[in-house]
Amino acid sequence: MTEIFGFPVVVVLGQLVLGLVNGSFYAILSLGLAVIFGLMRVVNFAHGAFYALGAVTALLGLKLLGVNYWAALVLAPLVVGLLGILVERLLLRRLAGLDPLYGLLLTFGIALAIEGTLQQLFGSSGESYPVPEALRGALNLGFMILPRYRAWVIVASLAVCFGTWFVIERTRLGATLRAATENAPLLQAFGVNVPLLVALTYGGGVALAALAGVLAAPVILVNGTMGSSIVIVVFAVVVIGGMGSILGAIVSGLLLGLAEGLTKVVYPEASNIVVFVIMALVLVLRPAGLFGRE
Amino acid sequence: MTTEFLRVTNLHAFYGESHILHGVDFSVNRGEVVTLLGRNGAGRTTTLKALLGLVGSRSGSVMINGREAIGLPPHRIARLGVGYCPEERGIYASLSTEENLSLPPLVGSGGIAAEELYAMFPNLAERRATQGTRLSGGEQQMLAVARILRTGARLLLLDEISEGLAPVIVQALARTVRTLRERGYTIVMVEQNFRFAAPLADRFYVMERGRIVDGFPAAALPAKMGMLHEFLGV
Ligand SMILES: Nc1ncnc2c1ncn2[C@@H]1O[C@H](COP(=O)(O)OP(=O)(O)O)[C@@H](O)[C@H]1O
Ligand SMILES: [Mg+2]
Repeated sequence: MTEIFGFPVVVVLGQLVLGLVNGSFYAILSLGLAVIFGLMRVVNFAHGAFYALGAVTALLGLKLLGVNYWAALVLAPLVVGLLGILVERLLLRRLAGLDPLYGLLLTFGIALAIEGTLQQLFGSSGESYPVPEALRGALNLGFMILPRYRAWVIVASLAVCFGTWFVIERTRLGATLRAATENAPLLQAFGVNVPLLVALTYGGGVALAALAGVLAAPVILVNGTMGSSIVIVVFAVVVIGGMGSILGAIVSGLLLGLAEGLTKVVYPEASNIVVFVIMALVLVLRPAGLFGRE
Repeated sequence: MTTEFLRVTNLHAFYGESHILHGVDFSVNRGEVVTLLGRNGAGRTTTLKALLGLVGSRSGSVMINGREAIGLPPHRIARLGVGYCPEERGIYASLSTEENLSLPPLVGSGGIAAEELYAMFPNLAERRATQGTRLSGGEQQMLAVARILRTGARLLLLDEISEGLAPVIVQALARTVRTLRERGYTIVMVEQNFRFAAPLADRFYVMERGRIVDGFPAAALPAKMGMLHEFLGV
């Protein structure tokens, strides 16, 4: 059997692919965080809760209204995004101009409220979401058997990340968003409704979290606290990529998923902490993050 | 017939606790070029910002094209047909020249098309894809002026557009202002560079410590030189 540094190639490749699946979730989640932080300077601690809310919305839609997976992929982010807009307009807006710590505390409170409510309503055991018909079964990659659904997760999140990157970096709307991130008062003096833009951006960032939640629903147990552990990793990803950097969030999300996968081969005991070790190293060597502006 | 495009009455402006403008009064007629003169720190930049709602808080009255703007947020004020060129130019680093040019939304009809602007400022045409802040100081100033001409704004607020630029660029900007005046734009200029402003303006106001202390038409300029000399050191 072929080996790399004494590890079987098949095992390495297999873990890399699984790492890429995790990295796909990191990428979408950290992308939303980065968009929100870039424009609003708010560290959105509620991100994990909105991720859970996306999955729960999809599950409820299926059970109560018969909304299938494909429709949920669009509708759940829409519903959660609207809730995000409400949260921005009614709560976050009031903290504009204050110490960022207030935004952090508020979003942390919102996270507790959402997760607590979901737990109260659905219990903490969790429920599984059926894998959609078209994505059942597995692909034989030669070096591993990959469930079709996980391949879909990689493809879908790469598409979402590319689409978001494209909108922000290559379109007129994106230019407006970048300008708002850089100098919002001047942009507003040009006639752009910046408060509305901020609300839509928060809604959009939160909708990305919900989309990740729907994507995750068929591969994990859906419950109110499903976001609380992944979101810690995602915060580390955002710090590594560079706070507010779009490309940084996407690339480091995927890379850190791969790094976790590799660690599982080389030294499995460290796979849960490798992201944080990398974060510490990046903070020491390049405090603005891999893609951040110094 | 002259009609007022802008009338400012008893305008007070604050940055936090600091009271900067203490009852500013002036008016600008449609199609007129008016220059605010004054020493550094007199409150000219603050006056332009207060017109747009970019100060901490403000009171008084700002009538733009017949509409009271004192209670409106900045984006609604812009849509009354106002274009703003800030003192620091405000070119966006994360946007290319072309993106900077097309950033401000249309606020009126009859704006100058991008292609015509590129013809007016050929340097910009060559550097469309360049990051905005990589342009030279003069090019950035041209871009800052050009991007508010695209929007159909009829009242232009230009803050120290000649500041710190080479004479040849300053002359090009003077030609631009003259062209805009011929096209009927209403312009409020803040200028430190008296020699730049003197031949361009129809009327002058002099500011001192957050108030307008004098106002006179261009024809009265020779008689006012002594006072200006004393006030501004020109
Ligand atoms: N952001 C600000 N916060 C507090 N004070 C300010 C601010 N900007 C300007 N000032 C003060 O307001 C006064 C007027 O400034 P400014 O309007 O820039 O004058 P000018 O443009 O005529 O040189 C100055 O005393 C200046 O120190
Ligand atoms: Mg000034």
